[in-house]
Amino acid sequence: MTSALRRVGLRAVALTYLSAILLGPLALVFYRTFENGVGAAWDALSTPETVNAFKLTLIITAIAVPLNTIFGIACALAIVRRRFPGKGLVNAFVDLPLALSPVVVGLSLFLLYGRDGWFGWLDENGIQVLFSLPAMVIATIFVSLPFVAREVVPTLREIGDEQEQAARTLGAGSWPTFWRITLPAIRWAVIYGVILTTARCLGEYGAVAVVSGRLQGETETATLRVEERYESFDLAGAYAISIVLALIAVLVLVAMTAIRPKEEAA
Amino acid sequence: MSSVDVATRPVRLQSERAATALSLGLVTTYLSLIVALPIAALIFESTSGGWEAFWEAVSSPEAVAALKLTLWTSIAVALLNAVLGTVTAWVLVRDSFRGQTLVNAVIDLPFALPTIVAGLTLLALYGPRSPVNVNVAFTTTSIILAMLFVTLPFVVRTVQPVLLELDHEMEQAARSLGASEWQTFRRVVFPNVLPGILSGVALAFAKAVGEFGSLVIITGNLPYKTQVSSVFIFSRIESGDRAGAAAVAVVLLAISFALLLSIGAIRHYATRHDRD
Repeated sequence: MTSALRRVGLRAVALTYLSAILLGPLALVFYRTFENGVGAAWDALSTPETVNAFKLTLIITAIAVPLNTIFGIACALAIVRRRFPGKGLVNAFVDLPLALSPVVVGLSLFLLYGRDGWFGWLDENGIQVLFSLPAMVIATIFVSLPFVAREVVPTLREIGDEQEQAARTLGAGSWPTFWRITLPAIRWAVIYGVILTTARCLGEYGAVAVVSGRLQGETETATLRVEERYESFDLAGAYAISIVLALIAVLVLVAMTAIRPKEEAA
Repeated sequence: MSSVDVATRPVRLQSERAATALSLGLVTTYLSLIVALPIAALIFESTSGGWEAFWEAVSSPEAVAALKLTLWTSIAVALLNAVLGTVTAWVLVRDSFRGQTLVNAVIDLPFALPTIVAGLTLLALYGPRSPVNVNVAFTTTSIILAMLFVTLPFVVRTVQPVLLELDHEMEQAARSLGASEWQTFRRVVFPNVLPGILSGVALAFAKAVGEFGSLVIITGNLPYKTQVSSVFIFSRIESGDRAGAAAVAVVLLAISFALLLSIGAIRHYATRHDRD
């Protein structure tokens, strides 16, 4: 009896906590967005600045995700399958974006590419990095860097290298071995990592806020647009963009839930 | 084996060495360009005015107030996570109820949701227009709320797999030997999940210390009151004080590195039996 009570008590604590922190606030914003009908939300979303902001977010994501995917796979292979000097350092730097404040990331890039920075000569030669797309892409790559590598590393460790070695003994070169043996074995981990990377890219705020200069319609991403709408007392606009981003987050969750068992089975 | 094979062998070995070198070169170049060089530029800027200038920037009353606030709220959030995250993981693994799969999926939502949206949603429920008449906007409570939101998955997701793998027989043995339910938890379950809790707490603490997006809107950025270090750095950048921003940023960087090291040490300790 007391055991059953304790069980229900713990369940109540967990569910209350989740509702108070997570589900309650989200449900309310959902309600507020559509309070005045779907039309009002649609109007808020279809302003040219907001459409531009979403476009920019998609462009940045479309550049950052493939680059980080290739890097993540190569990096995981290097960490698990190779011995080289400085491996500990590589490991540390790959994990760093997980623990570092996005504002610190933004500031670092700001200092590197700024007028007095080591790469300031790019700007003097007409290649604008800061306050334009390149810096925003680099900032997004930085914060979403670890996810593919971190998903692939444990899977690579688990599958071992026996099949790879067998392929090599049978005469396959390193490239065919990778395509035919390694990649199929790690594919779910890669896909899982890509989903996490995409979510992180779409939602990045702090690092991009520092390096973008926030020119409306030019260097304003969807997340920056949310803040701008809020500051301009356009709550409806801020909520509408937020709901779109939240729906994308829900899609990400669905994908994660669908893929996790496959990844664990692999 | 034909003579052709023997002839091509050294060539292939050479080309494979080249491929290895190339991929290693690409990995390190990418890491250096994206991560290491910017970090080096940050450290360089913070020390460019000498040690005294660095210390002056870090020990200015506003910077110290921000850092103190960041640290104590992050510690509070880490401790709350240790308890509530473990309870949530426990309920997800050992309990069963309708909608459990959904609850399990929802845990990852703070990870997928942009932080700025997190702040905005919290403000909707706990701000001036609150339908439940709770207004904590622009207070330290709002900082803790926002940090709890963004760090929710960490402890749950590090404790859950350990609980799933934990052998039920150990607990049954303890119970049959006369241990109470609480004793079984404290003596059998807890020591096993402790490394998971600790690494989750360290990750949550790191995330809380650096959190920015969810705090911008809800805390109102009031110096000495609700301004945490990340927001302080941002306002210094906006006012053109690069050295001041860089100095505090280096402090956050040092905290991040220290936390990563301790997480590595915890993992090393937790897997000590697998290695020997």
